[in-house]
Amino acid sequence: MAVISQDLSPLWISLATSATATLLTMIAGISAAAWRQRRTGLLSPIVDAVFLLPLVLPPTVVGFALLLLFGRNGPLGKLLLRFGATVVFSWPATVIAAAVVSFPLMYLTSRAALDQVDSHFLQAARTLGATEWRIFRRVALPLAWPGVLAGAILSFARAMGEFGATLMVAGNIPGRTETIPIAIYFAVEADDMRAAVRWSVIELGLSFVLLAALYYWTHAASSGRARWAARRGL
Amino acid sequence: MSLEVQIEMRLPDYTLSAAFRAGDAPLSILGPSAAGKTMTLRAIAGLERPSRGRVVLNGRILFDSEQRIDIPARHRRVAMLFQHYALFPHMTAAANIVFGLEDLPATERAARLERIVSQTHLDGLQNRYPRELSGGEQQRVALARALVTEPEALLLDEPLSALDTHLRAQIEYELLRTFQLYRGATLMVTHNVAEAYRLGTNLLVLSKGRIAAFGAKQEVFARPASLEVARLTGCKNFSRARAIGPHEIEAIDWACRLQTAQEVPAVTVGGELRAGIRAHHVLFVEPEALSRSAGAAAPENTFPAWLVRTSETPFGVTIYLRLRAAGEAPAETSGDYDLQVEVSQQDWRRIKDRPQPWQVSLPADSVFVMGE
Repeated sequence: MAVISQDLSPLWISLATSATATLLTMIAGISAAAWRQRRTGLLSPIVDAVFLLPLVLPPTVVGFALLLLFGRNGPLGKLLLRFGATVVFSWPATVIAAAVVSFPLMYLTSRAALDQVDSHFLQAARTLGATEWRIFRRVALPLAWPGVLAGAILSFARAMGEFGATLMVAGNIPGRTETIPIAIYFAVEADDMRAAVRWSVIELGLSFVLLAALYYWTHAASSGRARWAARRGL
Repeated sequence: MSLEVQIEMRLPDYTLSAAFRAGDAPLSILGPSAAGKTMTLRAIAGLERPSRGRVVLNGRILFDSEQRIDIPARHRRVAMLFQHYALFPHMTAAANIVFGLEDLPATERAARLERIVSQTHLDGLQNRYPRELSGGEQQRVALARALVTEPEALLLDEPLSALDTHLRAQIEYELLRTFQLYRGATLMVTHNVAEAYRLGTNLLVLSKGRIAAFGAKQEVFARPASLEVARLTGCKNFSRARAIGPHEIEAIDWACRLQTAQEVPAVTVGGELRAGIRAHHVLFVEPEALSRSAGAAAPENTFPAWLVRTSETPFGVTIYLRLRAAGEAPAETSGDYDLQVEVSQQDWRRIKDRPQPWQVSLPADSVFVMGE
């Protein structure tokens, strides 16, 4: 029994890491998207480039940057050390790595979703006396929600598959930072093909379910609208 | 109640420049598309910022470029009805209506909702989503949502254009009643001449960002100040003209002399006069009336006219006529015409079999003369 529960720990770690990372990434991604939507200055292309870097950089580079940032001599690492916390090679490090890597997907999809909201709704809300924060909370975000949720599913899937950055910044500590992709890598390394296949199949199944859910989500929403239109004879 | 607007705004194709006042009487803003009508409303509501000018509502400065005042839309107390209503699709009718009341205590909010729902005949529809409402109901919800905040000005952008034709008359009547009950400045933008006339007390004609006419609607329609205004208010018949006396002109394109009730305006040297008459105002003179009185009591401005062609509408006929001095029949040609006349089907049946030329009269009080 002990063997089995130890065996399953990469699954729980992966799920917990991805869920936490998605939550963080949603807050950061939606805020960044909303903020960027309002500000169009000279610097905005640069800001966009910074936001999108984790999408195109090799994960090892992201991981290395995080290591420098959160390491004992890194600026954030030093700050955290003052509160007696070290992040590197601990579970929070897996969350940070996954969140940073999946952030661009969340940012891009929520920005597209917010941009698609008809500006007349926002203007109507303005003439009705609503503050910008209320308009965002009650009008823009709810109308953009299907797109935002699609972004969250993509981010979760990306977090589940995160490998390079996690290995750099969190290492491979079984039961603490060993996620499924890392378990697969080290299983192959140790010539344990059965374990590698098992975890690969699980990863494949999870990713498939997530993408199917995404497809269903975006399509069910639009075909629901089509059904309604058909009923109204439009 | 008073709204003073004086704005200047650079737009891609021209500079919008408008100055006018509106009081309790509803004001229709008429103009072709892209004349700056909607932009004017948006500037008043605070959704666009003019380059220069002033907007003052009941003594409250909403915008003043010199004093650098620009009150945000949410504090202006100016409600706007958008062309496609912009109802929040994820909220019920009731939630839409109370959206602007969040600062009020819940009991007051409920009381206002109840009052406006019965006023706008929305009982039983409170829990429907916008997509479950008809076009007319959607408009009533949008109007309720705007009025429930007790705004000091109500701006309507093409309020009837999104509706099916068969709904329009009914909704237009409802709008008219709303305008009568509402205490506050009411501005309505439209490109439809008849709508502008029926819904507004005063009329402002905008063209390419400039005010072409502004005044009581009857006045603007009866005495258009320019060719442009005459055209924009639906006049179809024009002729170049020359002054002959204080109440007489020669209509050059129609090749005739016309008595006018209106005093012929003075023109600057090199300027040109234009005469116009609306298609509904041209009259057909009964042949008996002419022969009986041997011409003496024939209505003024009566001329022989030949039929060029007709065009039938469901309830009337548009007749295209060519005018000629008596006896002289027009050459069979291109289908050029001088006058376009609107008559009912019934009148058409009465006229059509008479021998030509027909006698038409351009009543002196229907003819208007404009400087260029």
